[in-house]
Amino acid sequence: MVDTETISQRHAPEQVLNAYQRLIARRVVIVAGLGFACVLAFMLDLATGPSSLTPQQVLTGLLSRDSLTPAQAAIIWQVRLPYALMAVLVGAALSLAGAEMQTILNNPLASPFTLGVSSAASFGAALAIVLGVSLPHVPADWVISLNAFLCAFGSVLLLQLLARMRGAGVETVVLFGIALVFAFNALVAFVQFISSQEALQQLVFWSMGSLSRATWGNVYVLLAVILIVVPFSMYAARGLTSLRLGEDRARSFGVNVSRLRFFSLLRVSTLAATSVAFVGTIGFIGLVGPHIARLLLGEDHRFLLPASLLTGALIMSLASVASKTLVPGVLMPVGIVTAIVGVPVFLLLIFKRPERA
Amino acid sequence: MMTAGADTLRVTGLAAGYRGRPVIRNLDLPLLNAGEVHSLIGPNAAGKSTLMRALAGLLPATGSAFLGERALLKLPLAERARFITYMPQTLPQGVALTVLETVISALRASPVSEVSLDSHAASRRALHVLDRIGIAHLAMEGLDRLSGGQRQLASLAQALVREPRVLLLDEPISALDLQYQLRVMKLVRELAREHGMIVLVVLHDLQVAARWSDGVVVLSHGKVVATGTPAQAITPDVLARVYEVSARVEHCSNGTLQIMVDDVLQAGQR
Repeated sequence: MVDTETISQRHAPEQVLNAYQRLIARRVVIVAGLGFACVLAFMLDLATGPSSLTPQQVLTGLLSRDSLTPAQAAIIWQVRLPYALMAVLVGAALSLAGAEMQTILNNPLASPFTLGVSSAASFGAALAIVLGVSLPHVPADWVISLNAFLCAFGSVLLLQLLARMRGAGVETVVLFGIALVFAFNALVAFVQFISSQEALQQLVFWSMGSLSRATWGNVYVLLAVILIVVPFSMYAARGLTSLRLGEDRARSFGVNVSRLRFFSLLRVSTLAATSVAFVGTIGFIGLVGPHIARLLLGEDHRFLLPASLLTGALIMSLASVASKTLVPGVLMPVGIVTAIVGVPVFLLLIFKRPERA
Repeated sequence: MMTAGADTLRVTGLAAGYRGRPVIRNLDLPLLNAGEVHSLIGPNAAGKSTLMRALAGLLPATGSAFLGERALLKLPLAERARFITYMPQTLPQGVALTVLETVISALRASPVSEVSLDSHAASRRALHVLDRIGIAHLAMEGLDRLSGGQRQLASLAQALVREPRVLLLDEPISALDLQYQLRVMKLVRELAREHGMIVLVVLHDLQVAARWSDGVVVLSHGKVVATGTPAQAITPDVLARVYEVSARVEHCSNGTLQIMVDDVLQAGQR
């Protein structure tokens, strides 16, 4: 039954507007808090590793290289810093991509990999590894990454093309995406079947997802991609929020949903394909990062998108720490660890969530 | 506030449908005047929602729909959304937004006036609309925590906040209790009069349609079967033809219509 009390009896407009302002302020604080937590996790990640460097040494080493021995400087600047930065960037990219994907597909189970981006990337990497493709003046690692990226991006373009031919409804896009997942998985299996023992091992390790492939070059590329994509995502935030009210409603409010979906999918695939190309498949972040952000501050995309980005970066940094400390002396592939770190946080938030009517 | 517009809506020769399945063909509506509420009634699958979605630009359509001098069907979606708002009958699920946020989001999705550009003015107008509907106390509630009826009221607020020239409501009171059915229909009529808005509303309750409409359009199998004032359009004959029921329509002394449906017509009686 609807409460019949009127606003003048119980809720003066000013009170409601103040409550709304407080809600907005709370979200700004939460986003800032997430940013701060990211910085802390990043520092922790930097301070963690097999070689014994104290946090103070790491901190002072970052500020002035001269305070370190050449070996220590190399560890911090050539190993730990690119790893830690890559963790932050990959987490941010996949989680932002996941947030957009869940909104445009209207599906809480969607992730950047739902539509076959990671399968296609694996196929591209597999081809490069097994066929031993090389390009003149290009390092072998880059060829694998490049091929992974081209396949991932190509698969999304193919998906867009198919969807356009049949009218770009959500179900159509998802169905084509699922078809692509199976097709690429079959192709990867085929390549694995015909590959040598050595190539197979390399391939399996590649698909596990690991930060050990991080280099300054990779870090710069992914950073550039994120810096280019984020402003466009934020520009689309208003349309994405209204899309949560349903496609017909959003269109009736003047949002060109087909175009919104097309460009959003383009952003998602760029973020996911670049990440996968550099670190392999890291599945959990893109699904759970946005959910944690949503539970924390709702679905106003002006806040949800940056919060998802930060949540992903945070989980990934913590996962990176865990990958170095869970088994002492062993650097586990971070793809294995992300779920182990993320699931408890996720469960905690689900249980704390207020029940729905 | 929008200035009262005196434009009329003239729909002629309209055809629309879905891929390989035309639903309405060559459909003419009576002239719809500013400030009037018209009910669209008819059995399931008569093409009521198709007609509304076609007018709102959600379905490709041919024919013509003129709002004053403006050819609506030729306007791009964002431009058309400045004049027409459609409230669908489906309600969104699993949305983590407060009621107020959904209404603000509706207003700010695409520019409708200078209000949609200013966030403070937008939240003020959104709250004002919630107040008029009588759900301002739910402004800070999560949409997901509301009952079906309350969500329907929130959906109405999302449509009303844009203060369109033409408001298309698809079964806006189907989930509401008696009091809120009355409140909503009364409010819609008030707003139509105040703002010179043209309202087309799909209703299944003929009694409500008869009580609150200036005009009624009866649709069946994608064609207009009857139009006119409620008394002209809702007759035993029309009800028998369209719904295949036997019914009586009484004119009460207070000027309202009473519709009493007795039975479903048997094959021989149709």
